[in-house]
Amino acid sequence: MDYVIEMRNIRKEFPGIVANDNVTLQVEKGEIHALLGENGAGKSTLMNVLFGLYQPEKGEIYVRGEKAEITDPNIANKLGIGMVHQHFMLVENFTVTENIILGQEPIRKGQVDIKKAAKRVEEISSQYGLRVDPYAKIQDITVGMQQRVEILKTLYRGADILIFDEPTAVLTPQEIKELIQILNRLIAEGKSIILITHKLKEIMEVCHRCTVIRRGEGIGTVKVADTNRDELASMMVGREVSFTTEKGLAQPQQSVLEIDNLTVKDSRGISAVNELNLTVRAGEIIGIAGVDGNGQTELIEAITGLRKVSDGTIQLNGKNITNHKPRKVTESGVGHIPQDRHKHGLVLDFSIGENMVLQTYYQQPFSKFKQLKSNKIFNKAKELIDQFDVRTPSVHTEARALSGGNQQKAIIAREVDRSPDLLIAAQPTRGLDVGAIEFIHTKLIEERDANKAVLLVSFELEEVMNVSDRIAVIYEGKIVDIVDPKEISEQELGLLMAGSKQQRTGEM
Amino acid sequence: MKLQKVLFKLIVPIIAVMLGLLIGGIIMLSSGYDPVLAYTALFNGIFSDSYFIGETVRQMTPLILSGIAVAFAFRTGLFNIGVEGQLLVGWLASVYVGIAVEGLPAFIHVPLAILAGAVAGAIWGFVPGLLKARFRVHEVITTIMLNYVALHVTNSIIRAYLLAPGERTESIQPSASLASPFLQEITNFSRMHYGFIVALLAAALMWYILWKTTAGYELRAVGFNEHASNYAGINVSKNIILSMCISGGFAGVAGAMQGLGTYQYMTINAAFTGVGFDGIAVALLGGNGAIGIVLAALLFGGLKIGALNMQAVAKVPPELITIVIALIIFFVASSYLVHWLRNRINKRGKI
Repeated sequence: MDYVIEMRNIRKEFPGIVANDNVTLQVEKGEIHALLGENGAGKSTLMNVLFGLYQPEKGEIYVRGEKAEITDPNIANKLGIGMVHQHFMLVENFTVTENIILGQEPIRKGQVDIKKAAKRVEEISSQYGLRVDPYAKIQDITVGMQQRVEILKTLYRGADILIFDEPTAVLTPQEIKELIQILNRLIAEGKSIILITHKLKEIMEVCHRCTVIRRGEGIGTVKVADTNRDELASMMVGREVSFTTEKGLAQPQQSVLEIDNLTVKDSRGISAVNELNLTVRAGEIIGIAGVDGNGQTELIEAITGLRKVSDGTIQLNGKNITNHKPRKVTESGVGHIPQDRHKHGLVLDFSIGENMVLQTYYQQPFSKFKQLKSNKIFNKAKELIDQFDVRTPSVHTEARALSGGNQQKAIIAREVDRSPDLLIAAQPTRGLDVGAIEFIHTKLIEERDANKAVLLVSFELEEVMNVSDRIAVIYEGKIVDIVDPKEISEQELGLLMAGSKQQRTGEM
Repeated sequence: MKLQKVLFKLIVPIIAVMLGLLIGGIIMLSSGYDPVLAYTALFNGIFSDSYFIGETVRQMTPLILSGIAVAFAFRTGLFNIGVEGQLLVGWLASVYVGIAVEGLPAFIHVPLAILAGAVAGAIWGFVPGLLKARFRVHEVITTIMLNYVALHVTNSIIRAYLLAPGERTESIQPSASLASPFLQEITNFSRMHYGFIVALLAAALMWYILWKTTAGYELRAVGFNEHASNYAGINVSKNIILSMCISGGFAGVAGAMQGLGTYQYMTINAAFTGVGFDGIAVALLGGNGAIGIVLAALLFGGLKIGALNMQAVAKVPPELITIVIALIIFFVASSYLVHWLRNRINKRGKI
């Protein structure tokens, strides 16, 4: 059997760690081949080896049956290997065409022949069903469209082996559907695709075969048709993984958070949260389900003091905390796992130890008379790292160097450890692999069972359905319904999120 | 492991210094000077006489402080290009207190005059800090502009109120002076003064504030990530202003060293002193760390003093040392290139 790409027994070391060991990847022509692994398992390293960004210590690479020495990306390009990066490499204020031809511009009379280029771009885009406007500027088009430009870039350079690095991480569900169509179209036209991902659903949906890497080691390759989600998950994580979270019945007690008639304006001055009412009780998890942009972010920012409340009140344990400063809110017993862990959750240039005391550094025992007690801080950090299984070389490692899952675990450790009466978790599992997701869900449920109130905001229906005891559906800044996850299907919930109840009551 | 880390930190500046001297030598050769003679003269001009050592220490004192001022702001995410201006107002304020206040014992008068310099510099830093915190005006613009304001305001205050013969203020009271007959005597009557102790204390203070206090934790957090700081309940605006004030305060003390130590008065300055701008280079070469800055200031101070002897003995114009310093800065700034070369060689070696 001839493979378009064959990587045999690849080993790649970095100082102190082995990123890839004995990994073999064989890609057939015309297939979509998944490369599956947890965050930090070594998928990207392997692809960077293939793309010529790293040199392997051991192993061989064959392209279309011939041994290849790929020492830099230009050679990879010449061999017809193209990469669609997770973080797009586009010039924001250039047009689509200008971005695609960048570096390989057709020249006429010493000038870039933009018309010819645009025509070529249109040809390719219609051949593969990649709808784009060749003259639109990158900054004006959607993320999904930008990704298509990235794909076109590789096709324009004549790639027929395309590597996609976590292509769905930044896309909306609708855009994901479109991407899947594009992928199928590409293989129908004779291209071969390597899809780097940790999302099992996508693999089951589009891929033909799947190679699994765990902690840098090649675990094996399976046919997707012969396997199932559970098997892939256990190959990836190395143990059984449960998708439905085990939990007992909730035993709600007194109300902890009471939101009354809350109105919050967004940055443009428009009411994003609109006369919203919500109660969260001790010992229950309330999941807020809704399409992104219906006021979830503003609601959380208002509770935690990061955004001004224009009207209404927020009470915690019967005490008014409306428009209190973030620190005061935190001190009155609120823990907050923020939606964007890089922007709000961590100071990436601080060590993981320093990040562990981000909310408590000014309190005893971490400081005394305004002097930091480094020993106490790092001992606490070590304790939390053990307790929450944060994988880091040391407490002095910069938070930036950790994988997404471990960064998130660190934030959760910090917030849960203060044992707040109300724990707000916004998109706590975004971008994480199944192992980490399971861990985080378990922690949320543990908090509930310890009689804390938990407010979960998530755009993933599956997560809301699985973890919540009650689901509050948010639509245009209002809670339009509160439902029991056991008595509602995903479809019905989806309809509510799209505002169906709103319309119904509107008609009545 | 720890030793290795220290060596690694040292390697870039050391290579940069060597390359700077090497290329400086090539320039001398091509302009018809003898680099061996010139560098020998430079070396002798730093170490051959206790006078030169004293002068080097004197030269390095304000450089340490201006370097610290730049580094402190930099560590908290701000570019204080206004050290020069803060230094000038600090110089004037300390000299004013040194002249106007009478009848105090030295152990009160000296700290009071230094404090006046620090406060004046802090006020000069407060303005851009406030503008940044309130209106998001970039501090690079405002600090550069305030340098000019400082230069002309100090000049006109001296002209209007403090003028003495010789385009300068009167000399300060002896009770406010950092000058030391003892230090002068043991260094063959250089202008060395007690200011170097102040500078070393300031370096220790910077390290202490940044790494050992909750205020330093907040300042660094705000410098790295304003959003996360806000999330953690840290007052971002307050810390931006505070950082600029502390940075300006260090710069003001650098000015006080000139006023109370080296000169004993303030002149009308036709142009910037350059000490504030050199602080940027010192901070860069010193890796924005307390010890690094002291070493970098020592190097720059030494080169500047040694350059005088180089001119006298080898007839090489002292501007050449300015070129060497510029080259060193260039190579430190392009340490990226060094890293790249190192990686490249490692890569080759392994394949």
